[in-house]
Amino acid sequence: MTGRRARAAAAAVAAGLLAGLLSACSPAAGQAGEPSRTVTVFAAASLKKTFTELAHRFETAHPGTSVKLSFAGSSELAAQLNEGAPADVFASADQANMAKVEASAGVEGKPVVFASNVLTIAVPPANPAHVTSLADLARPGTKVVVCASQVPCGAAARTVERAAGVALHPVSEELSVTDVLGKVSSGEADAGLVYVTDTKAAGGTVRSVSFDASSAARNLYPIAALRSSADKALAAEFVALVAGAEGRKVLGDAGFGAP
Amino acid sequence: MSAGHQGHALPGWVTAAAAVGTGFVLLPLAAMVLRIDWPRFVPLVTSDSSLAALGLSLRTSAVSTLLCVVLGVPMALALARDTVPGQRLLRPLVLLPLVLPPVVGGIALLYTFGRRGLLGQSLDLLGVQVAFSTAAVVIAQTFVAMPFLVVSLEGTLRTSGQRFEAVAATLGARPGTVLSRVTLPLVLPGLVSGAMLSFARALGEFGATLTFAGSLQGSTRTLPLEIYLQRETDPDAAVALSLVLVAVAVGVVGVAHGRRGGSARLRTLLSWSRAGAPR
Repeated sequence: MTGRRARAAAAAVAAGLLAGLLSACSPAAGQAGEPSRTVTVFAAASLKKTFTELAHRFETAHPGTSVKLSFAGSSELAAQLNEGAPADVFASADQANMAKVEASAGVEGKPVVFASNVLTIAVPPANPAHVTSLADLARPGTKVVVCASQVPCGAAARTVERAAGVALHPVSEELSVTDVLGKVSSGEADAGLVYVTDTKAAGGTVRSVSFDASSAARNLYPIAALRSSADKALAAEFVALVAGAEGRKVLGDAGFGAP
Repeated sequence: MSAGHQGHALPGWVTAAAAVGTGFVLLPLAAMVLRIDWPRFVPLVTSDSSLAALGLSLRTSAVSTLLCVVLGVPMALALARDTVPGQRLLRPLVLLPLVLPPVVGGIALLYTFGRRGLLGQSLDLLGVQVAFSTAAVVIAQTFVAMPFLVVSLEGTLRTSGQRFEAVAATLGARPGTVLSRVTLPLVLPGLVSGAMLSFARALGEFGATLTFAGSLQGSTRTLPLEIYLQRETDPDAAVALSLVLVAVAVGVVGVAHGRRGGSARLRTLLSWSRAGAPR
Protein backbone atom coordinates (compact mmCIF):
# COMPACT_ATOMS: atom_id res chain seq x y z
CA MET A 1 0.00 0.00 0.00
CA THR A 2 2.60 2.51 1.06
CA GLY A 3 4.70 1.40 -1.89
CA ARG A 4 1.87 2.16 -4.28
CA ARG A 5 1.23 5.53 -2.66
CA ALA A 6 4.91 6.40 -2.81
CA ARG A 7 4.99 5.45 -6.45
CA ALA A 8 1.94 7.57 -7.20
CA ALA A 9 3.54 10.48 -5.36
CA ALA A 10 6.77 10.02 -7.30
CA ALA A 11 4.85 10.01 -10.57
CA ALA A 12 3.01 13.19 -9.57
CA VAL A 13 6.27 14.87 -8.64
CA ALA A 14 7.87 13.78 -11.91
CA ALA A 15 4.90 15.07 -13.91
CA GLY A 16 4.98 18.36 -12.00
CA LEU A 17 8.70 18.75 -12.59
CA LEU A 18 8.30 18.04 -16.27
CA ALA A 19 5.46 20.57 -16.59
CA GLY A 20 7.51 23.17 -14.70
CA LEU A 21 10.51 22.51 -16.86
CA LEU A 22 8.53 22.84 -20.07
CA SER A 23 6.85 26.08 -19.01
CA ALA A 24 10.18 27.51 -17.87
CA CYS A 25 11.66 26.69 -21.26
CA SER A 26 8.92 28.33 -23.29
CA PRO A 27 9.79 31.95 -24.10
CA ALA A 28 6.22 33.21 -23.61
CA ALA A 29 6.32 32.47 -19.89
CA GLY A 30 9.52 34.44 -19.43
CA GLN A 31 8.33 37.54 -21.25
CA ALA A 32 4.93 37.81 -19.59
CA GLY A 33 6.37 39.45 -16.50
CA GLU A 34 8.58 42.01 -18.27
CA PRO A 35 6.90 45.26 -19.25
CA SER A 36 10.11 46.62 -20.86
CA ARG A 37 10.92 46.47 -24.56
CA THR A 38 13.62 44.15 -25.78
CA VAL A 39 15.63 44.14 -28.97
CA THR A 40 17.46 40.91 -29.78
CA VAL A 41 20.54 41.38 -31.95
CA PHE A 42 22.33 38.56 -33.79
CA ALA A 43 25.80 39.85 -34.61
CA ALA A 44 28.96 38.41 -36.17
CA ALA A 45 31.56 37.27 -33.63
CA SER A 46 34.00 39.99 -34.74
CA LEU A 47 31.52 42.63 -33.53
CA LYS A 48 31.48 41.41 -29.94
CA LYS A 49 33.35 44.31 -28.33
CA THR A 50 31.83 47.12 -30.39
CA PHE A 51 28.25 45.87 -30.23
CA THR A 52 28.44 45.26 -26.48
CA GLU A 53 29.49 48.90 -26.14
CA LEU A 54 26.80 50.11 -28.56
CA ALA A 55 24.12 48.03 -26.83
CA HIS A 56 25.08 49.66 -23.54
CA ARG A 57 24.73 53.13 -25.09
CA PHE A 58 21.39 52.16 -26.63
CA GLU A 59 20.03 51.01 -23.28
CA THR A 60 21.19 54.26 -21.65
CA ALA A 61 19.57 56.35 -24.38
CA HIS A 62 16.32 54.32 -24.27
CA PRO A 63 15.42 53.75 -20.60
CA GLY A 64 13.28 50.66 -20.10
CA THR A 65 14.71 48.81 -23.07
CA SER A 66 17.18 45.99 -23.00
CA VAL A 67 19.40 44.71 -25.80
CA LYS A 68 20.01 40.99 -25.98
CA LEU A 69 23.13 40.09 -27.94
CA SER A 70 23.97 36.77 -29.56
CA PHE A 71 27.42 36.45 -31.12
CA ALA A 72 28.55 33.66 -33.44
CA GLY A 73 29.95 33.15 -36.91
CA SER A 74 27.79 34.92 -39.51
CA SER A 75 26.87 31.70 -41.30
CA GLU A 76 25.92 30.06 -37.99
CA LEU A 77 23.63 33.01 -37.19
CA ALA A 78 22.17 33.04 -40.71
CA ALA A 79 21.37 29.34 -40.38
CA GLN A 80 19.71 29.92 -37.00
CA LEU A 81 17.63 32.83 -38.34
CA ASN A 82 16.54 30.85 -41.38
CA GLU A 83 15.46 28.05 -39.03
CA GLY A 84 13.20 30.53 -37.24
CA ALA A 85 15.32 31.83 -34.35
CA PRO A 86 13.54 34.87 -32.85
CA ALA A 87 15.61 38.04 -33.37
CA ASP A 88 15.07 41.67 -34.31
CA VAL A 89 18.37 42.69 -35.91
CA PHE A 90 21.06 40.83 -37.85
CA ALA A 91 24.56 42.21 -38.37
CA SER A 92 26.68 40.03 -40.66
CA ALA A 93 30.43 40.05 -41.29
CA ASP A 94 29.83 39.51 -45.00
CA GLN A 95 27.20 40.17 -47.62
CA ALA A 96 26.76 36.53 -48.63
CA ASN A 97 25.23 35.55 -45.30
CA MET A 98 23.01 38.64 -45.24
CA ALA A 99 21.81 37.64 -48.71
CA LYS A 100 20.92 34.16 -47.35
CA VAL A 101 18.79 35.75 -44.61
CA GLU A 102 17.20 38.20 -47.08
CA ALA A 103 16.21 35.28 -49.27
CA SER A 104 14.79 33.09 -46.51
CA ALA A 105 13.91 34.70 -43.15
CA GLY A 106 13.50 38.14 -44.75
CA VAL A 107 14.62 41.63 -43.70
CA GLU A 108 12.93 45.04 -43.48
CA GLY A 109 13.96 47.21 -46.42
CA LYS A 110 17.53 47.02 -47.69
CA PRO A 111 20.51 46.04 -45.47
CA VAL A 112 22.85 48.95 -44.67
CA VAL A 113 26.62 48.50 -44.91
CA PHE A 114 28.01 50.04 -41.70
CA ALA A 115 31.67 48.98 -41.57
CA SER A 116 34.49 47.31 -43.44
CA ASN A 117 37.43 45.18 -42.43
CA VAL A 118 40.63 44.07 -44.14
CA LEU A 119 43.05 41.22 -43.50
CA THR A 120 46.40 41.53 -41.83
CA ILE A 121 49.16 39.11 -40.91
CA ALA A 122 49.09 38.12 -37.25
CA VAL A 123 52.38 36.90 -35.79
CA PRO A 124 53.38 35.96 -32.22
CA PRO A 125 54.86 38.99 -30.37
CA ALA A 126 58.43 37.68 -30.83
CA ASN A 127 57.80 37.03 -34.56
CA PRO A 128 59.96 33.86 -34.58
CA ALA A 129 59.77 33.42 -38.36
CA HIS A 130 60.71 37.09 -39.02
CA VAL A 131 57.65 37.79 -41.13
CA THR A 132 57.61 41.26 -42.70
CA SER A 133 55.52 40.71 -45.84
CA LEU A 134 52.93 38.40 -47.37
CA ALA A 135 55.67 36.83 -49.54
CA ASP A 136 57.49 35.75 -46.34
CA LEU A 137 54.55 33.48 -45.55
CA ALA A 138 55.30 31.38 -48.64
CA ARG A 139 58.84 30.60 -47.43
CA PRO A 140 59.32 26.86 -46.82
CA GLY A 141 59.23 25.97 -43.13
CA THR A 142 57.02 28.90 -42.14
CA LYS A 143 53.94 27.54 -40.41
CA VAL A 144 51.04 29.55 -41.77
CA VAL A 145 47.41 29.16 -40.70
CA VAL A 146 44.46 30.59 -42.64
CA CYS A 147 40.70 30.15 -42.63
CA ALA A 148 39.16 27.45 -44.84
CA SER A 149 37.87 28.90 -48.12
CA GLN A 150 34.27 28.10 -47.10
CA VAL A 151 34.32 30.76 -44.35
CA PRO A 152 34.49 34.50 -45.20
CA CYS A 153 37.99 35.07 -43.79
CA GLY A 154 39.24 32.17 -45.92
CA ALA A 155 37.62 33.54 -49.07
CA ALA A 156 39.30 36.88 -48.35
CA ALA A 157 42.64 35.13 -47.84
CA ARG A 158 42.35 33.48 -51.29
CA THR A 159 41.58 36.85 -52.85
CA VAL A 160 44.66 38.57 -51.39
CA GLU A 161 46.83 35.57 -52.32
CA ARG A 162 45.76 35.98 -55.94
CA ALA A 163 46.11 39.79 -55.85
CA ALA A 164 49.65 39.54 -54.49
CA GLY A 165 50.64 36.58 -56.67
CA VAL A 166 51.67 34.55 -53.63
CA ALA A 167 50.86 30.86 -53.17
CA LEU A 168 50.52 29.88 -49.51
CA HIS A 169 50.80 26.32 -48.21
CA PRO A 170 49.00 26.54 -44.88
CA VAL A 171 49.53 23.86 -42.22
CA SER A 172 45.90 24.27 -41.22
CA GLU A 173 42.71 25.75 -42.69
CA GLU A 174 40.71 26.68 -39.63
CA LEU A 175 36.94 26.84 -39.32
CA SER A 176 36.86 30.39 -37.94
CA VAL A 177 39.08 33.45 -37.63
CA THR A 178 39.21 32.98 -33.85
CA ASP A 179 40.77 29.56 -34.37
CA VAL A 180 43.45 31.14 -36.59
CA LEU A 181 44.14 33.77 -33.95
CA GLY A 182 44.34 31.09 -31.25
CA LYS A 183 46.94 29.09 -33.18
CA VAL A 184 49.08 32.23 -33.60
CA SER A 185 48.75 33.59 -30.06
CA SER A 186 49.59 30.16 -28.61
CA GLY A 187 52.73 30.11 -30.77
CA GLU A 188 51.74 26.90 -32.61
CA ALA A 189 51.79 28.77 -35.89
CA ASP A 190 54.34 31.35 -37.08
CA ALA A 191 51.73 33.49 -38.79
CA GLY A 192 48.06 33.64 -39.71
CA LEU A 193 45.77 35.76 -41.85
CA VAL A 194 43.14 37.46 -39.70
CA TYR A 195 41.23 40.74 -39.71
CA VAL A 196 42.81 44.01 -38.59
CA THR A 197 40.20 44.28 -35.83
CA ASP A 198 41.13 40.82 -34.51
CA THR A 199 44.76 41.77 -33.91
CA LYS A 200 43.62 45.02 -32.31
CA ALA A 201 41.24 43.18 -29.97
CA ALA A 202 43.87 40.55 -29.15
CA GLY A 203 45.96 43.19 -27.39
CA GLY A 204 49.57 42.16 -26.85
CA THR A 205 49.13 38.44 -27.56
CA VAL A 206 49.78 38.89 -31.30
CA ARG A 207 51.43 41.51 -33.50
CA SER A 208 50.01 42.77 -36.77
CA VAL A 209 52.09 42.96 -39.96
CA SER A 210 50.16 44.89 -42.61
CA PHE A 211 50.58 44.26 -46.32
CA ASP A 212 49.58 46.16 -49.47
CA ALA A 213 47.45 43.48 -51.13
CA SER A 214 45.07 43.45 -48.13
CA SER A 215 42.95 46.14 -49.81
CA ALA A 216 42.07 43.59 -52.53
CA ALA A 217 39.63 41.93 -50.13
CA ARG A 218 37.57 44.46 -48.23
CA ASN A 219 34.94 42.72 -46.13
CA LEU A 220 31.71 44.70 -45.89
CA TYR A 221 29.46 44.42 -42.81
CA PRO A 222 25.71 44.84 -43.51
CA ILE A 223 23.02 45.28 -40.84
CA ALA A 224 19.23 44.99 -41.14
CA ALA A 225 16.07 44.75 -39.06
CA LEU A 226 14.39 41.40 -39.52
CA ARG A 227 10.93 40.94 -41.00
CA SER A 228 9.96 38.64 -38.11
CA SER A 229 10.82 41.30 -35.51
CA ALA A 230 8.10 41.86 -32.91
CA ASP A 231 9.23 45.47 -32.33
CA LYS A 232 10.25 46.85 -35.71
CA ALA A 233 10.43 50.48 -34.52
CA LEU A 234 12.97 49.62 -31.82
CA ALA A 235 14.91 47.38 -34.21
CA ALA A 236 15.14 50.24 -36.71
CA GLU A 237 16.43 52.56 -33.97
CA PHE A 238 19.20 50.12 -33.10
CA VAL A 239 20.18 49.83 -36.78
CA ALA A 240 20.24 53.66 -36.98
CA LEU A 241 22.55 53.85 -33.96
CA VAL A 242 25.01 51.36 -35.46
CA ALA A 243 24.99 52.93 -38.94
CA GLY A 244 25.07 56.49 -37.56
CA ALA A 245 27.85 58.73 -36.27
CA GLU A 246 27.99 57.11 -32.83
CA GLY A 247 28.34 53.65 -34.31
CA ARG A 248 30.99 54.90 -36.73
CA LYS A 249 33.02 56.29 -33.82
CA VAL A 250 32.89 53.09 -31.70
CA LEU A 251 33.63 50.85 -34.70
CA GLY A 252 36.43 53.13 -35.93
CA ASP A 253 38.11 52.99 -32.52
CA ALA A 254 38.13 49.18 -32.77
CA GLY A 255 39.88 49.28 -36.15
CA PHE A 256 36.91 48.89 -38.50
CA GLY A 257 37.11 50.88 -41.73
CA ALA A 258 34.43 53.15 -43.15
CA PRO A 259 31.69 51.38 -45.11
CA MET B 1 23.00 -7.73 -19.78
CA SER B 2 19.66 -7.55 -17.95
CA ALA B 3 18.57 -11.13 -18.54
CA GLY B 4 17.44 -11.43 -14.92
CA HIS B 5 14.72 -8.79 -15.15
CA GLN B 6 12.31 -10.47 -17.53
CA GLY B 7 10.10 -12.05 -14.84
CA HIS B 8 7.89 -9.15 -13.75
CA ALA B 9 6.27 -6.25 -15.55
CA LEU B 10 7.39 -2.64 -15.10
CA PRO B 11 4.99 -0.06 -13.63
CA GLY B 12 3.12 1.73 -16.39
CA TRP B 13 4.62 5.15 -15.67
CA VAL B 14 8.13 3.78 -16.04
CA THR B 15 7.24 2.45 -19.48
CA ALA B 16 5.64 5.80 -20.37
CA ALA B 17 8.68 7.79 -19.18
CA ALA B 18 10.94 5.40 -21.09
CA ALA B 19 8.89 6.01 -24.23
CA VAL B 20 9.28 9.79 -23.79
CA GLY B 21 13.02 9.36 -23.26
CA THR B 22 13.34 7.19 -26.35
CA GLY B 23 11.43 9.73 -28.41
CA PHE B 24 13.67 12.48 -27.09
CA VAL B 25 16.71 10.64 -28.45
CA LEU B 26 15.23 9.32 -31.69
CA LEU B 27 13.19 12.34 -32.82
CA PRO B 28 16.20 14.59 -33.61
CA LEU B 29 17.74 11.73 -35.58
CA ALA B 30 14.52 11.27 -37.53
CA ALA B 31 14.33 15.03 -38.13
CA MET B 32 17.84 14.91 -39.59
CA VAL B 33 17.05 11.97 -41.85
CA LEU B 34 13.96 13.82 -43.13
CA ARG B 35 16.16 16.73 -44.25
CA ILE B 36 18.45 14.57 -46.37
CA ASP B 37 18.64 15.43 -50.03
CA TRP B 38 18.52 11.81 -51.26
CA PRO B 39 19.19 12.40 -54.98
CA ARG B 40 22.44 14.16 -54.05
CA PHE B 41 23.29 11.87 -51.13
CA VAL B 42 25.80 9.61 -52.88
CA PRO B 43 27.69 12.39 -54.70
CA LEU B 44 27.79 14.43 -51.48
CA VAL B 45 29.25 11.69 -49.31
CA THR B 46 31.67 10.46 -51.97
CA SER B 47 33.25 13.83 -52.77
CA ASP B 48 37.04 14.04 -52.37
CA SER B 49 36.86 16.03 -49.15
CA SER B 50 34.18 13.76 -47.64
CA LEU B 51 36.09 10.56 -48.39
CA ALA B 52 39.33 12.08 -47.13
CA ALA B 53 37.61 13.07 -43.88
CA LEU B 54 35.90 9.68 -43.45
CA GLY B 55 39.13 7.77 -44.16
CA LEU B 56 41.09 9.96 -41.76
CA SER B 57 38.45 9.57 -39.05
CA LEU B 58 38.40 5.77 -39.35
CA ARG B 59 42.20 5.51 -39.38
CA THR B 60 42.79 7.85 -36.45
CA SER B 61 39.93 6.36 -34.41
CA ALA B 62 41.32 2.86 -34.96
CA VAL B 63 44.78 3.92 -33.78
CA SER B 64 43.28 5.83 -30.84
CA THR B 65 41.25 2.79 -29.81
CA LEU B 66 44.40 0.66 -29.91
CA LEU B 67 46.19 3.20 -27.71
CA CYS B 68 43.20 3.27 -25.36
CA VAL B 69 43.45 -0.52 -25.00
CA VAL B 70 47.23 -0.52 -24.53
CA LEU B 71 47.13 2.24 -21.90
CA GLY B 72 43.62 1.80 -20.52
CA VAL B 73 43.63 -1.93 -19.72
CA PRO B 74 46.50 -1.64 -17.22
CA MET B 75 44.77 1.42 -15.72
CA ALA B 76 41.49 -0.47 -15.33
CA LEU B 77 43.30 -3.47 -13.82
CA ALA B 78 45.03 -1.22 -11.30
CA LEU B 79 41.87 0.74 -10.44
CA ALA B 80 39.82 -2.44 -9.95
CA ARG B 81 42.20 -3.54 -7.18
CA ASP B 82 41.59 -1.66 -3.98
CA THR B 83 45.22 -2.10 -2.99
CA VAL B 84 46.59 0.68 -5.21
CA PRO B 85 47.63 3.62 -2.99
CA GLY B 86 45.75 6.87 -3.56
CA GLN B 87 43.26 5.02 -5.74
CA ARG B 88 40.24 6.92 -4.42
CA LEU B 89 41.88 10.18 -5.47
CA LEU B 90 43.29 8.80 -8.72
CA ARG B 91 40.07 7.47 -10.22
CA PRO B 92 38.19 10.78 -10.57
CA LEU B 93 41.35 12.41 -11.91
CA VAL B 94 42.07 9.91 -14.66
CA LEU B 95 38.39 9.93 -15.63
CA LEU B 96 38.41 13.73 -15.88
CA PRO B 97 38.37 13.86 -19.73
CA LEU B 98 34.88 12.33 -19.45
CA VAL B 99 33.45 15.49 -17.92
CA LEU B 100 35.92 18.04 -19.29
CA PRO B 101 34.55 20.15 -22.15
CA PRO B 102 36.53 18.95 -25.20
CA VAL B 103 37.77 22.47 -25.95
CA VAL B 104 39.31 22.59 -22.48
CA GLY B 105 40.91 19.22 -23.17
CA GLY B 106 42.32 20.66 -26.39
CA ILE B 107 43.79 23.64 -24.56
CA ALA B 108 45.32 21.34 -21.94
CA LEU B 109 46.86 19.19 -24.69
CA LEU B 110 48.17 22.31 -26.41
CA TYR B 111 49.91 23.35 -23.19
CA THR B 112 51.41 19.87 -22.95
CA PHE B 113 52.39 18.84 -26.47
CA GLY B 114 52.25 22.22 -28.23
CA ARG B 115 55.34 24.03 -29.47
CA ARG B 116 55.59 26.05 -26.25
CA GLY B 117 54.06 23.29 -24.13
CA LEU B 118 55.43 21.35 -21.19
CA LEU B 119 56.74 18.47 -23.35
CA GLY B 120 56.63 20.29 -26.67
CA GLN B 121 60.01 21.95 -26.27
CA SER B 122 61.74 18.65 -25.46
CA LEU B 123 59.94 16.99 -28.36
CA ASP B 124 61.07 19.85 -30.59
CA LEU B 125 64.70 19.14 -29.65
CA LEU B 126 64.16 15.54 -30.72
CA GLY B 127 62.83 16.80 -34.04
CA VAL B 128 59.26 15.75 -33.27
CA GLN B 129 56.57 18.33 -33.98
CA VAL B 130 53.11 17.29 -32.94
CA ALA B 131 51.24 20.47 -33.88
CA PHE B 132 49.13 20.26 -37.05
CA SER B 133 50.00 16.56 -37.56
CA THR B 134 47.77 13.49 -37.69
CA ALA B 135 49.50 12.41 -34.47
CA ALA B 136 47.87 15.40 -32.76
CA VAL B 137 44.46 14.12 -33.87
CA VAL B 138 45.22 10.69 -32.40
CA ILE B 139 46.42 12.26 -29.13
CA ALA B 140 43.24 14.33 -28.83
CA GLN B 141 41.02 11.33 -29.57
CA THR B 142 42.87 9.03 -27.17
CA PHE B 143 42.66 11.66 -24.43
CA VAL B 144 38.88 11.97 -24.63
CA ALA B 145 38.12 8.30 -25.41
CA MET B 146 40.27 6.47 -22.85
CA PRO B 147 37.96 6.98 -19.83
CA PHE B 148 35.21 5.07 -21.66
CA LEU B 149 37.41 1.99 -21.86
CA VAL B 150 38.68 2.35 -18.30
CA VAL B 151 35.21 2.82 -16.76
CA SER B 152 33.67 0.02 -18.78
CA LEU B 153 36.46 -2.48 -18.09
CA GLU B 154 36.81 -1.59 -14.42
CA GLY B 155 33.09 -2.21 -13.95
CA THR B 156 33.37 -5.64 -15.60
CA LEU B 157 36.43 -6.51 -13.52
CA ARG B 158 34.65 -5.61 -10.28
CA THR B 159 31.52 -7.55 -11.25
CA SER B 160 33.42 -10.70 -12.22
CA GLY B 161 35.27 -10.70 -8.91
CA GLN B 162 38.60 -12.34 -8.14
CA ARG B 163 37.58 -15.90 -7.23
CA PHE B 164 38.99 -17.54 -10.34
CA GLU B 165 42.23 -15.57 -10.10
CA ALA B 166 42.59 -16.63 -6.49
CA VAL B 167 42.11 -20.29 -7.43
CA ALA B 168 44.61 -20.04 -10.28
CA ALA B 169 47.15 -18.40 -7.98
CA THR B 170 46.60 -21.12 -5.36
CA LEU B 171 47.32 -23.71 -8.07
CA GLY B 172 50.69 -22.03 -8.63
CA ALA B 173 50.04 -19.82 -11.66
CA ARG B 174 52.25 -16.73 -11.82
CA PRO B 175 50.61 -13.23 -11.96
CA GLY B 176 51.31 -12.94 -15.70
CA THR B 177 49.70 -16.29 -16.40
CA VAL B 178 46.67 -15.46 -14.24
CA LEU B 179 46.22 -12.22 -16.14
CA SER B 180 46.49 -13.68 -19.64
CA ARG B 181 44.78 -17.04 -19.02
CA VAL B 182 42.10 -16.16 -16.47
CA THR B 183 41.39 -12.45 -15.95
CA LEU B 184 41.45 -11.14 -19.52
CA PRO B 185 39.40 -14.00 -21.08
CA LEU B 186 36.82 -13.49 -18.31
CA VAL B 187 36.40 -9.78 -19.00
CA LEU B 188 36.81 -9.92 -22.78
CA PRO B 189 33.18 -8.89 -23.47
CA GLY B 190 33.64 -5.85 -21.22
CA LEU B 191 36.93 -5.04 -22.92
CA VAL B 192 35.37 -5.25 -26.37
CA SER B 193 32.41 -3.07 -25.47
CA GLY B 194 34.74 -0.57 -23.79
CA ALA B 195 36.93 -0.49 -26.89
CA MET B 196 33.88 0.04 -29.09
CA LEU B 197 32.67 2.93 -26.95
CA SER B 198 36.15 4.46 -27.13
CA PHE B 199 36.10 4.07 -30.90
CA ALA B 200 32.72 5.76 -31.14
CA ARG B 201 33.85 8.60 -28.90
CA ALA B 202 37.07 9.04 -30.91
CA LEU B 203 35.04 9.10 -34.12
CA GLY B 204 32.86 11.93 -32.82
CA GLU B 205 35.69 13.97 -31.31
CA PHE B 206 35.51 17.61 -32.39
CA GLY B 207 36.49 20.26 -29.84
CA ALA B 208 39.86 18.98 -28.71
CA THR B 209 40.90 18.19 -32.30
CA LEU B 210 39.91 21.65 -33.50
CA THR B 211 41.76 23.37 -30.66
CA PHE B 212 44.84 21.19 -30.66
CA ALA B 213 45.37 19.69 -34.11
CA GLY B 214 43.98 22.23 -36.58
CA SER B 215 42.04 21.40 -39.71
CA LEU B 216 43.63 20.40 -43.02
CA GLN B 217 42.11 18.03 -45.55
CA GLY B 218 43.71 14.60 -45.40
CA SER B 219 45.88 15.21 -42.35
CA THR B 220 43.83 16.70 -39.53
CA ARG B 221 40.32 17.43 -40.83
CA THR B 222 38.28 14.55 -39.44
CA LEU B 223 34.64 13.88 -40.30
CA PRO B 224 33.11 16.03 -37.52
CA LEU B 225 35.31 18.98 -38.56
CA GLU B 226 34.36 18.44 -42.21
CA ILE B 227 30.68 18.41 -41.25
CA TYR B 228 31.06 21.68 -39.38
CA LEU B 229 32.90 23.24 -42.31
CA GLN B 230 30.42 22.00 -44.93
CA ARG B 231 27.63 23.65 -42.97
CA GLU B 232 29.14 27.01 -43.93
CA THR B 233 28.44 26.59 -47.62
CA ASP B 234 26.45 23.41 -48.21
CA PRO B 235 24.11 22.38 -45.38
CA ASP B 236 22.90 19.41 -47.48
CA ALA B 237 26.42 17.99 -47.55
CA ALA B 238 26.71 18.49 -43.79
CA VAL B 239 23.47 16.60 -43.16
CA ALA B 240 24.48 13.77 -45.52
CA LEU B 241 27.86 13.41 -43.80
CA SER B 242 26.17 13.53 -40.40
CA LEU B 243 24.10 10.52 -41.40
CA VAL B 244 27.27 8.65 -42.39
CA LEU B 245 28.79 9.45 -39.00
CA VAL B 246 25.61 8.36 -37.21
CA ALA B 247 25.48 5.13 -39.24
CA VAL B 248 29.08 4.26 -38.37
CA ALA B 249 28.52 5.12 -34.70
CA VAL B 250 25.29 3.10 -34.52
CA GLY B 251 27.10 0.17 -36.12
CA VAL B 252 29.87 0.42 -33.55
CA VAL B 253 27.59 0.75 -30.54
CA GLY B 254 25.47 -2.07 -31.95
CA VAL B 255 28.51 -4.31 -32.08
CA ALA B 256 29.45 -3.32 -28.53
CA HIS B 257 26.03 -4.04 -27.04
CA GLY B 258 24.97 -6.74 -29.47
CA ARG B 259 24.55 -10.43 -28.80
CA ARG B 260 26.93 -12.44 -26.67
CA GLY B 261 30.17 -13.85 -27.95
CA GLY B 262 32.99 -11.43 -27.25
CA SER B 263 35.70 -12.98 -29.35
CA ALA B 264 33.45 -13.33 -32.39
CA ARG B 265 32.58 -9.66 -32.02
CA LEU B 266 36.25 -8.78 -31.72
CA ARG B 267 37.00 -10.61 -34.96
CA THR B 268 34.14 -8.84 -36.68
CA LEU B 269 35.43 -5.53 -35.42
CA LEU B 270 38.97 -6.19 -36.55
CA SER B 271 37.99 -7.24 -40.05
CA TRP B 272 35.55 -4.34 -40.21
CA SER B 273 38.03 -1.69 -39.14
CA ARG B 274 40.63 -3.09 -41.53
CA ALA B 275 38.17 -2.96 -44.39
CA GLY B 276 37.07 0.52 -43.39
CA ALA B 277 40.55 1.97 -43.14
CA PRO B 278 42.43 1.90 -46.43
CA ARG B 279 46.21 1.46 -46.11
